[in-house]
Amino acid sequence: MFYLTPRKEISLFFTISIPVISILLTIIFGFFIFSVLGFEPGKALYHFFISPLSRLDKIADLFVKACPLMIIGTGLVFCFRANIWNIGAEGQLIMGAVFAGGLALSFSETQSVWLLPSMAIFSFIGGALWALLPALLKIKLRTNEILVTLMLTYVASLFLDWLVRGPWRSPTSFGFPLTQYYPDVGLISKIYFPGIGNISQLHWGVLIAILICLLCWFAMEKTVFGFKIKLIGDSPQALRFSGFNESKTTITLFIISGGLAGLAGMIEVSANIGQLQPNISFGYGFTAIIVAFLARLNPAAVIISGLLIALIEVGGDSAQIALAIPKVVTGVFKGILLFFLLAGETLTKFEIGFNYHQKSSLND
Amino acid sequence: MIDALVLTILMTSVPLILAATGELVVERSGVLNLGLEGMMLMGAVSAFALTYVSGSLLVGLLAGIMSGCLTAAIFGFFVLGLATNQVATGLALTIFGTGLSGLIGSDFVGKAIEGLPTVFPETLSNMPFIGVFFALDAIAYLSIFISFLVWIFLFKSKYGLILRACGISHNSAHSLGYKVLTVRWCSILFGGMMAGLAGAYLPLMLTPHWSEGMTSGRGWIALALVVFASWMPSRIVYGAILFGAITIMQLAGQARGWTIPPQFLSSLPYIATIFVLVLISSKGTAKYLAPSDLTRPFISSK
Repeated sequence: MFYLTPRKEISLFFTISIPVISILLTIIFGFFIFSVLGFEPGKALYHFFISPLSRLDKIADLFVKACPLMIIGTGLVFCFRANIWNIGAEGQLIMGAVFAGGLALSFSETQSVWLLPSMAIFSFIGGALWALLPALLKIKLRTNEILVTLMLTYVASLFLDWLVRGPWRSPTSFGFPLTQYYPDVGLISKIYFPGIGNISQLHWGVLIAILICLLCWFAMEKTVFGFKIKLIGDSPQALRFSGFNESKTTITLFIISGGLAGLAGMIEVSANIGQLQPNISFGYGFTAIIVAFLARLNPAAVIISGLLIALIEVGGDSAQIALAIPKVVTGVFKGILLFFLLAGETLTKFEIGFNYHQKSSLND
Repeated sequence: MIDALVLTILMTSVPLILAATGELVVERSGVLNLGLEGMMLMGAVSAFALTYVSGSLLVGLLAGIMSGCLTAAIFGFFVLGLATNQVATGLALTIFGTGLSGLIGSDFVGKAIEGLPTVFPETLSNMPFIGVFFALDAIAYLSIFISFLVWIFLFKSKYGLILRACGISHNSAHSLGYKVLTVRWCSILFGGMMAGLAGAYLPLMLTPHWSEGMTSGRGWIALALVVFASWMPSRIVYGAILFGAITIMQLAGQARGWTIPPQFLSSLPYIATIFVLVLISSKGTAKYLAPSDLTRPFISSK
């Protein structure tokens, strides 16, 4: 068996090569899986990874799909860096969308341009409030945030389900669980390129998402706040000795990650759906966890990793349409990719040694 | 009518008891496996596929247990061998298992099999009031029995004490010469087998067909249940029946036109779990109940 020895320094080479190697290994695994299942692996991989990049409008779709992943992922980076496990971003996303939706539906006749910014603020508050409960429980009672955030995700999803089937259901939806459409000023418009027009569904939210990632990168790398967060993760004891308020930071991190997830929910609905329905997210909150890890917990790299994961999602659609490969295969890819990334994480932190002779005593 | 309702409640709670009891052992040894849903789905699809192909329920059950165990071994390799983060690895396992089971099962959608038979003759199960307790299948009785055995093992045997020691302080257990990683490997594999069996119960008994993601969140409920039971095997049985009752009440209530929104009832298990978490935390007893080294990877230096 093998044993682990901590490395003294983390090399830049590993930091960059691990995501690349993980992606390559995932593709090789994909090749195997497709062969075993009787699909032509070359063709399948083409539809998965090349076809979504073959046309401008398809690339635009990639950005649209990556938009919520980037926003949520960059928020989660902060939490994970500080060893806080908010895995309920999905629920916070839903509550953000609900808060923004509530505002849009109460002002359904308005023409005011202030509606959209207000919705954005509301969604941030909604997501942040939903994250505040586990945060408070964690600092006051040391309740495990993993379990609480997870439970609250289900509660949020059922709450939305109740709203759209019950009090918020539109009288003109013919019994379907849908709310009214948002007023036009509550929708996010598509980006208009002079001379070209719209490119597929590309909307302004994508630009916001990229800006947020860059802003978060700045906060993480260039401010004292970011420095503290990195310290919590790396050496919590040193921070405590220096008289630093851990509770305050925990609350702040939950508010940031929850609020951003809420914002992502509002953008997703206002840009792509235009009304509330029982399912507004397709597991973005969970997928964003992979995005954060793929970015090696660097907010700027979240832009690239968000696009890569979006590629797997969009590729899954294209492979399903072209070759009738079940869409669930994207889950297999995402799972394997995350496994490799996590193994890579270990490689950067530890040297792995093999021991053939005394296998039990050293390993255990 | 009431009998039928009680029977459904009992049957709904069986997979919860199985999966949660397995997870309890894993968590008691200091590992959190969030991949329960993924392992259950792998168990479910393997059990259905092999029962359909071989025509034998026993083969199907064994296949379910085995594939749950194999899926858990992937998890064990990463969290024990490579000391990866348990939360993220568990999520990866769920994402992976959900995807792979859907892929394997895509050829089996819409096909049907014969479910498990009941154990006792009809004369017993037709008795008034108590008859319903004789109307179950073998796995249902087995689940209670396993839960009892786990209790004996954890709290009345030396090995159970070692297992709990690994969960409370792996460094102390290691200093005393116990093999922390071996204990955790065994726990994870046991948890996987139980999750596989729980998954197998769904297509073999509850609904005799396969559909994508057919566990529909039961893995997460089972995870909640472990906390709800504050890591005690007997409380898992009560809790599972309670959670099962809530699920069934909500369906029954819908049919009878109750005014309570069904979503409210569905969310009760999750809210109750948060409540229990808060309760055990606020009493200050959480550190005694929850294994204190839960989710901390054990790394022994050379």
